[in-house]
Amino acid sequence: MLANYGYQDGSGEYFITINTEKCNGCGDCEGICPAKVFEVVEEDPNDPMREEPVVVVALDKRRKLKYECNPCKPSVRRRAPLPCVQACKAGAISHSW
Amino acid sequence: MAEEKKPEFWRWTETNWVNPQTDWKKAKTITVGIDVGSVSTQAVIMADGEIFAYGNMRIGSDSPNSARNGLSFALEKTDMPESRIEYCIGTGYGRVNVPMADRTLTEIACHSRGANFIYGPQVRTVLDVGGQDMKAIQCDDKGRVINFLMNDKCAAGTGRGMEVFADLLGVPIVEVGERSYNVTQEPPAVSNTCVVYAKSEATGLLRKGWTTEEVLAAYCRAMAERIYSLVERLGVTPEFAITGGMAKNRGVIGRLMPMIGLEAAKTEWDTQIAGGVGAALFAYALCQKGRGRDKKPRSA
Repeated sequence: MLANYGYQDGSGEYFITINTEKCNGCGDCEGICPAKVFEVVEEDPNDPMREEPVVVVALDKRRKLKYECNPCKPSVRRRAPLPCVQACKAGAISHSW
Repeated sequence: MAEEKKPEFWRWTETNWVNPQTDWKKAKTITVGIDVGSVSTQAVIMADGEIFAYGNMRIGSDSPNSARNGLSFALEKTDMPESRIEYCIGTGYGRVNVPMADRTLTEIACHSRGANFIYGPQVRTVLDVGGQDMKAIQCDDKGRVINFLMNDKCAAGTGRGMEVFADLLGVPIVEVGERSYNVTQEPPAVSNTCVVYAKSEATGLLRKGWTTEEVLAAYCRAMAERIYSLVERLGVTPEFAITGGMAKNRGVIGRLMPMIGLEAAKTEWDTQIAGGVGAALFAYALCQKGRGRDKKPRSA
């Protein structure tokens, strides 16, 4: 399942997509994200029949991803890939912006 | 000063229904799904995976009583005692406020599963336009979510906005759809879908001499455009089913479908109960898998 967390507003689209087929709930992203955007849950709230842990975007971060993720986004000083995308060995995380 | 009772144009009819053919005494497992939304609450009672009774009320998620009232309303026409309920799942915005729920689930999973049940397994795209949010879901033939997109930041273009408009223009909400087609020429959409701005824009248009119907048509079009932008991002695969209260509004859906270029699936069921149906079905599935509640007497 592709779980899109985030929103669209006048300034653009801010979605973090988690591919739950690839995610194994290891929690690497949870540890590395400086803004604590990710959260590992024991059971996928969108798929109760799945019995493995999975990562979700924390409820209180979903409405402000633009700001929470901003410090990691490419800028004049920073060109490196996003820490969460890089940390995820399974390649389950992607950002829409 | 004399108190004057203002007519409530936004108020829609609350319904409860019971299937006279179902004999709950013979049913093995009775499960309940309670969908406490931002403006309405639906409780669906299922007997062995078939809808036995439901109640659909217009109450918010602000108090634990919404869930209680919703369930009592659904039970009203039945003679079944509440203690017969095997497993209860709460869903929706107010799912944390369902005291009798054994567990909660997100409305995404529930609407997908519910649409699969009430529209049939050929549904691949589900659009739910509720009171304060809308979500587009892609699902498989079992009703499992494949991809979903939810707009949970802004309530523009959702049911509550329509209620505000019905009130502003003095048009009963059930007539909004029909009346919005009562125009000689389709007006351009209002430029703001934000309820606050659209309201002042509409007042301005009325002052300019637009008829109520024209303003309604313009607002319905704006809402359809807003919904379309969400659906377009996710992509649409037939069949396309719409759940939630907005599915009943011909003014918006009639304008949305030509943009998508498909026909919306039809159902006999109340589209608002999809979330509750999904929750009750999950409850049934969990009981079947032996993950239901232990057979202990219900504590209060």
